[in-house]
Amino acid sequence: MKKKLILLFLTAGLILTLLLTLTLGPVHITVKTVIKILLSNIFDIPRTWPDNFEQIILNVRLPRILLGMLVGSALSISGCAMQSIFRNPMASPYVLGVSSGGAFGSSVVIVLGAPQVLIMPVAFFFSLLAVFLVYYLAKTGTKIPVETLLLAGIALSLFFSALTSFIQYVAAEGQLREIIFWLMGGLWASNWNKVLTSFPIIFSGTICLVFFYRELNILLIGEEQAQDVGVEVETARKIILVLAALVTATAVAVSGIIGFVGLIIPHIMRIIIGTDHRFLLPASCICGSIFLVWVDTFARTLISPTELPVGIITALIGVPFFLFLLKRRKRLSGF
Amino acid sequence: MKLKILDLSFSYDNVKTLKNISLNVEGGEILGIIGPNGSGKTTLLKCINRKLRPETGAVLIADKDILKFSRKEIAKNIGVVPQISFISFPFTVFDIVMMGRYSHQLRFKKETEKDTSIIWRSLEITGIKHLSERPITEISGGEYQRVIIARALAQQPKILLLDEPTLHLDINHQLEILDLVCNLARKEKLAVVMVLHDLNMAARFSDKLLLLEKGKVYGADFVQNVLTCENIEKVFQVKVKISHDSETNILNVSPLYVIPPSVIKN
Repeated sequence: MKKKLILLFLTAGLILTLLLTLTLGPVHITVKTVIKILLSNIFDIPRTWPDNFEQIILNVRLPRILLGMLVGSALSISGCAMQSIFRNPMASPYVLGVSSGGAFGSSVVIVLGAPQVLIMPVAFFFSLLAVFLVYYLAKTGTKIPVETLLLAGIALSLFFSALTSFIQYVAAEGQLREIIFWLMGGLWASNWNKVLTSFPIIFSGTICLVFFYRELNILLIGEEQAQDVGVEVETARKIILVLAALVTATAVAVSGIIGFVGLIIPHIMRIIIGTDHRFLLPASCICGSIFLVWVDTFARTLISPTELPVGIITALIGVPFFLFLLKRRKRLSGF
Repeated sequence: MKLKILDLSFSYDNVKTLKNISLNVEGGEILGIIGPNGSGKTTLLKCINRKLRPETGAVLIADKDILKFSRKEIAKNIGVVPQISFISFPFTVFDIVMMGRYSHQLRFKKETEKDTSIIWRSLEITGIKHLSERPITEISGGEYQRVIIARALAQQPKILLLDEPTLHLDINHQLEILDLVCNLARKEKLAVVMVLHDLNMAARFSDKLLLLEKGKVYGADFVQNVLTCENIEKVFQVKVKISHDSETNILNVSPLYVIPPSVIKN
């Protein structure tokens, strides 16, 4: 089965990505040493490497790479789901204002000096608010035209950005720095805590989304036909939107706004593995992980010892892709 | 009694589109719905499978009110071939027909052997087994319509609703599709409700006809009792000649000219 083979191939790519990117950084560590260090936690292996190598691998690079994988897969799968339920190639968490909503929520928590654990639920609340506002604003009758969806998304994004700017304006010095760094979108503040808190939410949200593959397939062929074969269209759309907003908000809460990953990856995967969501969703997930980890590795090694916010690089790649989609909107793998 | 509609009315934005419609269709029977544009034919079909909620009246399947049905239960009872359906995504024919199994499937369970065998049977009945692995985007209009019918069959419905299934098809494919529908009614004992614009085709393939005029039933009976010159002239405002070919036993409606509005008033 060709599609299963592609998934297997992608999974292998993901493992390879993990091993290779662990070696890259200001201090070069060989793949062999990386594997030994990783295994030394499980097996008893004689330590032939300097102590600081273990520190770099286990406490600096590994959490960052794992967080990158989580965020990349969250953004990609929610982008994929949104494109399908709106039957719109331009939909993605960033374009629809979900990310901005989450960013606003997180800024509020930072500026109020509230406990960090509140960032995720508050980000989720505002992401959800944003996506449902866009949904109802864009809906004309039972249809959701491409134009109104994009405009509603952009309007909402601008609105939330304005609110976030206001918060920056009133924020104290230290908080302002925190907010700005975080709005740029990056994985530099990664730690095990973030990995461990975001993992259960993103993982379970992703699994739930994958189990909606039948609805996503059927919704793609049109609302009326979906009803004819027995899909409760409104309910299915809302559940999928909530799940997509949940994983996006979690990603935003740990990494800030990283745009366009959710736009690009699903399209590339549609071309490679086809439209069947049973394969498309997992493929987008894995490819999103690989993509973001590599872009982030690039961001942290390019002008070492300082680094670029990864959000800037994804935007530099993503905007031309977005314009390309806009220009030849028809007939890109069915959209 | 398979399908029964009792005193059904429906309004779009306070404009009454359907007024007090009642009808019965038995299993194995084909009811053709005819009427001018805007007379409520498509609206009626949408009310039958609750895509639109009627204001008053009821739709009964085997004497049960469909208001009490879930969307999945409706899909298990009613298959639909919509008027215009265009699929731009490259799903295979097999995948599209498998979508018809949705209402029988459980979320956390894979497609079963039963699902697959029903798909193959639907593909066989509609004569498109050889197309199963072809993308839906790369087949002809006639084949496409068969795929949609196969998907409706995969739902294992008792009732089949078709909204102008032969639109945009050449006469060869029109006859093929309608012969297929006829066979489904007879062999699978489906109750068929079919909207048709072409009066000759409607006459030939229906057991009974329902003639709609501005949302009201103008006539509902056996074909020869509904398809009369007087009825057609009154409802369509077109002068027609209706002949019966005794050799082929086919009723033939020839439109002659449009009756000017001034004449109708007198």
